[in-house]
Amino acid sequence: MKVLVPVKRVIDYNVKVRVKADGSGVDLANVKMSMNPFDEIAVEEAIRLKEKGVATEVVAVSIGVKQAQETLRTALAMGADRAILIEAAEDVTQDIEPLAVAKLLKAVVEEEQPGLVIAGKQAIDNDMNATGQMLAALLGWPQATFASELKIEGDHAVVTREVDGGLQTVKVKLPAIVTADLRLNEPRYASLPNIMKAKKKPLEVKTPADYGVDVSPRLTVVSTSEPPARKAGVKVADVAELVSKLKNEAGVL
Amino acid sequence: MKNPFETDERRAFRESVARFVARDIAPYADEWDEAGEVPWELHLKAGALGLFGFGIEEKWGGLGFDDCFMRAAASQELGGCGASGVFAALGARNISVGPIAALGSDEIRAAVLPEVLSGRESSALAVTEPSGGSDVANLRTRARRDGGDYVLDGEKTFITGGMKSRWFVVAARTGGPGLGGISLFLVEAGAPGFSRAAMTRKMGWWASDQATLRFEGVRVPARHMLGPQDRGFLAIMHNFNYERLNMVAACVGMARRCWRDALDWARQRSTFGKPLIERQVIRHKFAEMSARIDAVESYLHMICWQANEGAMPVPEVSKAKFLATKTLEFVASECMQAMGGAGYMRGNAVERTWREVKVMAIGGGSEEILRDLAARQMGL
Ligand SMILES: Cc1cc2nc3c(=O)[nH]c(=O)nc-3n(C[C@H](O)[C@H](O)[C@H](O)COP(=O)(O)OP(=O)(O)OC[C@H]3O[C@@H](n4cnc5c(N)ncnc54)[C@H](O)[C@@H]3O)c2cc1C
Repeated sequence: MKVLVPVKRVIDYNVKVRVKADGSGVDLANVKMSMNPFDEIAVEEAIRLKEKGVATEVVAVSIGVKQAQETLRTALAMGADRAILIEAAEDVTQDIEPLAVAKLLKAVVEEEQPGLVIAGKQAIDNDMNATGQMLAALLGWPQATFASELKIEGDHAVVTREVDGGLQTVKVKLPAIVTADLRLNEPRYASLPNIMKAKKKPLEVKTPADYGVDVSPRLTVVSTSEPPARKAGVKVADVAELVSKLKNEAGVL
Repeated sequence: MKNPFETDERRAFRESVARFVARDIAPYADEWDEAGEVPWELHLKAGALGLFGFGIEEKWGGLGFDDCFMRAAASQELGGCGASGVFAALGARNISVGPIAALGSDEIRAAVLPEVLSGRESSALAVTEPSGGSDVANLRTRARRDGGDYVLDGEKTFITGGMKSRWFVVAARTGGPGLGGISLFLVEAGAPGFSRAAMTRKMGWWASDQATLRFEGVRVPARHMLGPQDRGFLAIMHNFNYERLNMVAACVGMARRCWRDALDWARQRSTFGKPLIERQVIRHKFAEMSARIDAVESYLHMICWQANEGAMPVPEVSKAKFLATKTLEFVASECMQAMGGAGYMRGNAVERTWREVKVMAIGGGSEEILRDLAARQMGL
């Protein structure tokens, strides 16, 4: 079984994001970029399936700027077998929207015929949480989102999902889309020997036109603003004062 | 600042090591330093990541290539973990595998290198003696030929990895006085006549193990001599270059870590009604420190580039090492000054680094010795 893993190049999770003065977006100039952490988890899961002999090949796909090659090299260094870059954006400020990404992925899926797609549940830049679901809809495949555990049993995937208040286990028929949540696994580091080997693994470069997909945006960003600054707290002398404040000022009791 | 020598592979490797340090070391650095050791599992993880084995063939478990930038990146990231004793604990093998790989027979390489480079075992370099460390040419441990063996008698001290290593690269006198009479031997811990004692009461590097080693009639098969007889001195000097380069990189990592931690503090700390960082005297300290660290790092990059090109620039490696340790000394002191009493208390990286400055300034060639070496190398 072939496993396809879409990976996105996003602003590194350690970077303190700054909103541009004109509110048109966040400042991406000279900012460190890395693989979306949920996608790393997805790559790790796919590699583990390969190590268990369940998957035969792991293909990583990225859609975005030319530099997303680096992100794909990371996936290859972790253990993916080959990579496809769909160069769809001229520069980092141009974000490809989930529907366009899903359409491109659908085209890749039709070409590659994977038995399973493992994606991150969302990208930490825009937090859309949409691509996996849209891809499932476009393909007419079953989906199991927010996976915290994944097992392949015959021609089914058994997926434990993190839902509000607990865990839900679903069984979906393959081929299917699974999206990875934080606790699915702890991704490995790319070792130096594997980083060097990744250099020689195949990385194909395509464009949206190759798949006949229009990636022009449909959404308009109206404004972007910093979260409101947290106000300083107050200290209370005793429990009585706390209770009184909760009752009379906060109105929560 | 951008590094003109950056490549995708170097960046990817540095990021991998940085994440390894952030996830598997930094959160435990305090605890391990206080405990006086790191869990052995860390050696295995570092081995799997590929931190050891630069310049050593793949068939011996090495990486099959060399790159000084990557060597430096690994040392710099480890140096910044908050306790450079961890760097020392892992790094004892780095200063001893070079002679084994370059000078050992295939039998020795096969027996030692895969185990050591994977992190399953460790190795250490034993040069310094109670009678002196700077004056390597006059070391006193003797190796006397007896049939098919050499018999070692003498003592080594301050040996990093001394308690936990299985393999030792030992410098001993086989010939006459001076640098032309020294040979290197591979000695296995546990050989009859070999004993060791831990040196636990020390200023810093607590997470690593130092030992005094005693050799009392230790028989070493002649085939365990590394390289030709009486030619050990040059091999030791050659090996020092990489040790020093790694120490320069570690100093940069340590200094950057102190700078960041102290800066966080200065931003949050308010004195006389204003954040400390807004005081000119304090801001200027941070600017000065940053400039000096950048300078050492840039120097390091030039040295790495030249070493990759072919010949190791020995005078520059020597100069960079004392420049790096002087910079670290300045940075550790200024950072602690900026933090005040909080910096002086145990359990923060600045206090620890301040205690680790001197081992960097004395070990691997002291500042005085390296200035002299640089002067001689430059033909002054
Ligand atoms: C924590 C730690 C770990 C170590 N790990 C190892 C290890 O793994 N393997 C190993 O072999 N060694 C190791 N060493 C030893 C280290 O290399 C020596 O301490 C160092 O080389 C200095 O030698 P020494 O201590 O005998 O000082 P000395 O050689 O006695 O020198 C004392 C002082 O005099 C100065 N000095 C010496 N000669 C001159 C001169 N001609 N002119 C001017 N000044 C001079 C020196 O710079 C120094 O300041 C370690 C040391 C420490 C502290």
